[in-house]
Amino acid sequence: MSATAARPEELDDATRPNYLNVSHTIKSWLLTQDHKRIAVLYLVSISFFFLLGGLAASMIRLELTSPRGVMLESETYNKMFSAHGIIMVFLFLVPSIPATFGNFALPMMIGAKDLAFPRLNLLSWYLYMIGGGLILAALLMGGVDTGWTFYTPYSSMYSSGHVVLAIVGVFIAGFSSIFTGLNFIATVHKMRAPGMTWFRMPLFVWAMYATSVIIVLGTPVVAITLALVAVEATMGVGIFSPALGGDPVLFQHMFWFYSHPAVYIMILPSMGVMSELIACFSRKRIFGYHFVAFSSLAIAGLGFIVWGHHMFTSGQSTFQSLVFSLISFVVAVPSAVKTFNWMATIYKGNVDLRSPMIFALGFLGLFVVGGLTGLYLASLATDVHLQATYFVVAHFHYIMVGGAMMGFLGALHYWWPKMTGKMYSDNWAKIGAALVFVGFNLTFFPQFILGYLGMPRRYHYYDFAPQWQAYNIMSSAGASVLALGYILPAFYLLHSLKYGKPAGRNPWGAVGLEWQTESPPDTHNFHEIPIVTHEAYDYAAVDEIEHAQAQEVMKKEAHMGSDE
Amino acid sequence: MFNFPLRPEAASTFAGQHDLLFGILTVLTIVFSVPVMILAIIFAVRFRAGNKVDRSRPSHENLKLELTWTIIPLLLALAVFGYSAKLFVDLRKPPKDAMEIFVIGKQWMWHIQHPNGVRENNELHVPVGVPVKLTMISQDVIHAFYIPEFRTQYMVVPDKYTQLWFQATKEGEYMILCNQYCGTQHSEMVGKVIVQRPDEFQKWLADGGRSMRPKDRTMVESGEDLYKLYNCANCHGDVDTPRGPSLYGLFGKRQQMTDGTTVLADDEYLRESLLKAEKKLVAGYIATMPNYEQELSEEQALQLIAYMKTLGVQKPAAPAAPAAATTPQEGNR
Amino acid sequence: MSTATHTRPDPAEVDLHVQFEDIEQQNETYLVGMWTFLVTEVMFFGGLFLVYILQRWMHAPQWYVIHEQLDWRLGGLNTMILLFSSFTMACAVHFSQLRKFDKQLQMLGITILCAFGFLVVKFFEWSAKIEHHLVPGAHFEWAHAGASKGVAEMFFVLYFSMTGLHAIHVIIGIIVIGVLATLVAKRHTSVNRDYLPTEMIGLYWHFVDLVWIFLYPLFYLIPKS
Repeated sequence: MSATAARPEELDDATRPNYLNVSHTIKSWLLTQDHKRIAVLYLVSISFFFLLGGLAASMIRLELTSPRGVMLESETYNKMFSAHGIIMVFLFLVPSIPATFGNFALPMMIGAKDLAFPRLNLLSWYLYMIGGGLILAALLMGGVDTGWTFYTPYSSMYSSGHVVLAIVGVFIAGFSSIFTGLNFIATVHKMRAPGMTWFRMPLFVWAMYATSVIIVLGTPVVAITLALVAVEATMGVGIFSPALGGDPVLFQHMFWFYSHPAVYIMILPSMGVMSELIACFSRKRIFGYHFVAFSSLAIAGLGFIVWGHHMFTSGQSTFQSLVFSLISFVVAVPSAVKTFNWMATIYKGNVDLRSPMIFALGFLGLFVVGGLTGLYLASLATDVHLQATYFVVAHFHYIMVGGAMMGFLGALHYWWPKMTGKMYSDNWAKIGAALVFVGFNLTFFPQFILGYLGMPRRYHYYDFAPQWQAYNIMSSAGASVLALGYILPAFYLLHSLKYGKPAGRNPWGAVGLEWQTESPPDTHNFHEIPIVTHEAYDYAAVDEIEHAQAQEVMKKEAHMGSDE
Repeated sequence: MFNFPLRPEAASTFAGQHDLLFGILTVLTIVFSVPVMILAIIFAVRFRAGNKVDRSRPSHENLKLELTWTIIPLLLALAVFGYSAKLFVDLRKPPKDAMEIFVIGKQWMWHIQHPNGVRENNELHVPVGVPVKLTMISQDVIHAFYIPEFRTQYMVVPDKYTQLWFQATKEGEYMILCNQYCGTQHSEMVGKVIVQRPDEFQKWLADGGRSMRPKDRTMVESGEDLYKLYNCANCHGDVDTPRGPSLYGLFGKRQQMTDGTTVLADDEYLRESLLKAEKKLVAGYIATMPNYEQELSEEQALQLIAYMKTLGVQKPAAPAAPAAATTPQEGNR
Repeated sequence: MSTATHTRPDPAEVDLHVQFEDIEQQNETYLVGMWTFLVTEVMFFGGLFLVYILQRWMHAPQWYVIHEQLDWRLGGLNTMILLFSSFTMACAVHFSQLRKFDKQLQMLGITILCAFGFLVVKFFEWSAKIEHHLVPGAHFEWAHAGASKGVAEMFFVLYFSMTGLHAIHVIIGIIVIGVLATLVAKRHTSVNRDYLPTEMIGLYWHFVDLVWIFLYPLFYLIPKS
């Protein structure tokens, strides 16, 4: 039931020109305007940065196995977690799904030949690389020790690191996101194939659209905020530093105005991927399509008015805190709605438990825990205790690593055959998924308890509280399993490039438009622009056609048999 | 060697309330997450392709169901919000009779001063069963004063007083942690709260703590010394002068500013007027007072404010004669 | 999708990028992209406006005193110049639609002249500020009664960063309009077959103008409170 019957034009896939083999020169890659090639460029570059961020994380975990550190000076330790945060947030999580799979699949999913502005798309990759390069330079020249949040006045007046250089890097990388978001918005508005109405769009496209809106509205604000920090640090002008007449809490307001919505930039695309995976591998139309689509927009909208929940203990007025807490509770509801709808989709489905679906189920489990623990922090009275402890660390890793990273891996396994034309080993992929799931829980669940016990985040030494060590060791042990789970896919996916079986157009039997074209697709995606006549995820209709075809074949065979 | 504690000690009145709410949230988390996980697995396995199960009448939209699972979580969320908000509002309002202690955070230590002049570093002695209000300020970057066993923390911000109150319920020693990243030795900016029986505490206080007590000066007296040292009375005497308004009976009153607004003379206002006089000008005066920001430490500001608060409503007929005989100037420490 | 019904030039004549089906779609997409870009720009300035609002709210009376250092007449002159340039830019779009390229070129020329005029006035304003040590930083000096040095410095931080960011946009505008004018002068196919490029640059220019319409009263016309 997985693959539809082979079509004749599929047979010569190996020799057929596609976006990958159309040209092999380095120049053709570096100057490409093909959204699929740019997606591959992104995939390679963000994987590189993920590796760097992961190395920093393993140093942190190794260091924390002992209450008094094992190998790093405090200053080095601080630079490690700053590097981990800055790289993972700005260079991995924010661009991860949009820039790779959004770039790769979104135009095909709405039946377009490319994004609206291919040159802008290439420019945004270059901006990303320049921003990433500058951040990397800042880290190599001696590092930054401010944490990824760059809180003032520490960052502008006291830190000795290369804060300004890192900020310029983040600023430039921010414009890379803005241009990607702009491109997606224009594409979704104007480039849909005939018949692809708004409510026939796959939910991944809705999620990308909601994400783009957040990027376009939020990123400029953090860009200007960080620019002001750089101005203060270099020119000594008081904006955020009270010693110079500024207001330190103003920075927190401006920073979280972007950075809280940024959390949704990271998780919304992943939710979009989930809708694709769950519908495809349950062979069923997604339950409550409209509710899932609108919940994305609701999250994008509400996400902009909850930033104050990062500042319940910063000296903002009690009234402000009450309002922000209330809205933060409300923003949990659309996420719950999505989860329930996914569950209802699986119910009475026709579930195919292949690796992308395993990732999807893993996502469900981790995301539910991550989302619900967010309520502890949205709730004012509990936040007074848990704020800035390891509870927060565990919570946002459940969302960003458990949620966003599971979504990323799910998307990678789902679209890999389309990107490369090759199938990887499904069994290895399942082992990888299990390792990630188990390793992840081992790493981060103990951190909830650590946070409740009061361990502050960003602590290097904890020799005054030896009772925390057992949990830290558990967490570090889990991290090594998790690392294995992340490295494993690199092997079997790369292996599949050379030895994998040809995937064919539609190895999953999915109904999206991207599966109607060849794998890997032609440079312009479609030979002729498809005309859309069905709702998204209309598996019932496809199954009916397939069923009829199969019966016809059977009849013919029976007929032929009787002839002989 | 290893133990696996699941709950930090609860040693304040708020800790119990916090843990109850934490428990409610945990129950809710389990009620929502465990069924989702189990059902996801059950559905995925039961409706596996190839399994012959009832798949008849699959539905794709169901308004009633959608509304149910929108409204029930929403109501639950609002209920938790309401309860939590109530606790929080109480937590932000220190009782009137709370004992006041002052905290100054700096890279990387906590500096604490009791009203009677006793000072301690990285230790905070408090009596059990008495509400204690901390007035806190930072000398440099943002810190946060965090006592896990009391389940409470608040940021310690430069240029602004923040407040925190608690009432310890158990004698013992608890952690003070800095919970806002503040630089290289952030994780070493830790200390101890020492909760004592009230009589022990009073004894400790009367003995001048361990060794940090400067002679016999209370905060108010030290403030008065500073008041004299800087000749504040030259301009701010018993009565308003053309140079400056009198400080008598100022605390807690509303002041008319040059720009027409009125400002409540609280700690925050007094501090600002002391350190950055030109920021807010009382109606009828011009900015002649020098900027004491470089001159006075945060600690001295606290002492001067403590003194200003004692200047009564009635202007004394004779020059102020505080009870304690003034000893020679200790100067600035 | 049929292209027979509308009055635009024949698609075969125009640069139709491969990702688009027809010129109509291409043009509409460009406009959506441009508007989205302008929304981003609004948010970019928005961060600074937020700081502005907070600062002015906290120090309203002092801000009145400080703002007297700015010459409302020069600012007003600049407002007139920009408003006029917006008008000529609109005319340029109009003539481009009518395919009257000579007139379009004239209008673009006037717009560029206005933009330079704006910068010249700005130059005089800023050099006066530098002379009076009103540039924030180590050399900042403030000796006027009624406002403190710190507040004044913050005012000028905002003044320079907001008008500076705006001036950068004006300079970008000059470059873009300059390129457009050159292409029009050469009757280059990309601009002479369709008015879209002119329209998009027009949108940008109106945005730049609009930002100034906000900046002028916010800095030069602070009422006495």
